Amino acid sequence: MGNWLKGKTAIIIGERDGVQGPSIAQCLEAAGANVVFAVTECFV
Amino acid sequence: MDPENQSQIKSIADRAEKDRISREDIIVVLGASDIEGALISAETVTSGDPSFSGPLAGVSLRLPVYHILEPTIKEAIPEDVYEENVGIWTLAVEPEKVEKIGQEFEAIRQKNKTSA
Repeated sequence: MGNWLKGKTAIIIGERDGVQGPSIAQCLEAAGANVVFAVTECFV
Repeated sequence: MDPENQSQIKSIADRAEKDRISREDIIVVLGASDIEGALISAETVTSGDPSFSGPLAGVSLRLPVYHILEPTIKEAIPEDVYEENVGIWTLAVEPEKVEKIGQEFEAIRQKNKTSA
């Protein structure tokens, strides 16, 4: 597949009970995106 | 969505506008485990905070928003990296739910485009 994520500026909102911010960041960085903000939200 | 995070996203979008970075070149990727929560976050970064309590209340950023489980995102990420970081969720979430997430988010992006 073509890598359409390359060069995109990425904002990541992960979730503690779902996929967490750093995990999503690793994926997007590996695809060539520029991660400018990554956070893991926590609802208690 | 946490007001502090709304504030950060707003300032990133404002900065991008000053730097003349197209909104289409910015993406928001969510990792929420429940569809309802993910859709509320998606609404927050497109048409504004639906609870009208955070910095994005009444602010339509119209940022393209995706979920990490969507096939269009998965296909663009190296398979080994995706498997290591997200793999467990692809097993935990039913395929029908992944399909529904894809459809709902695609609809939000299309709506975003047509109303821009």
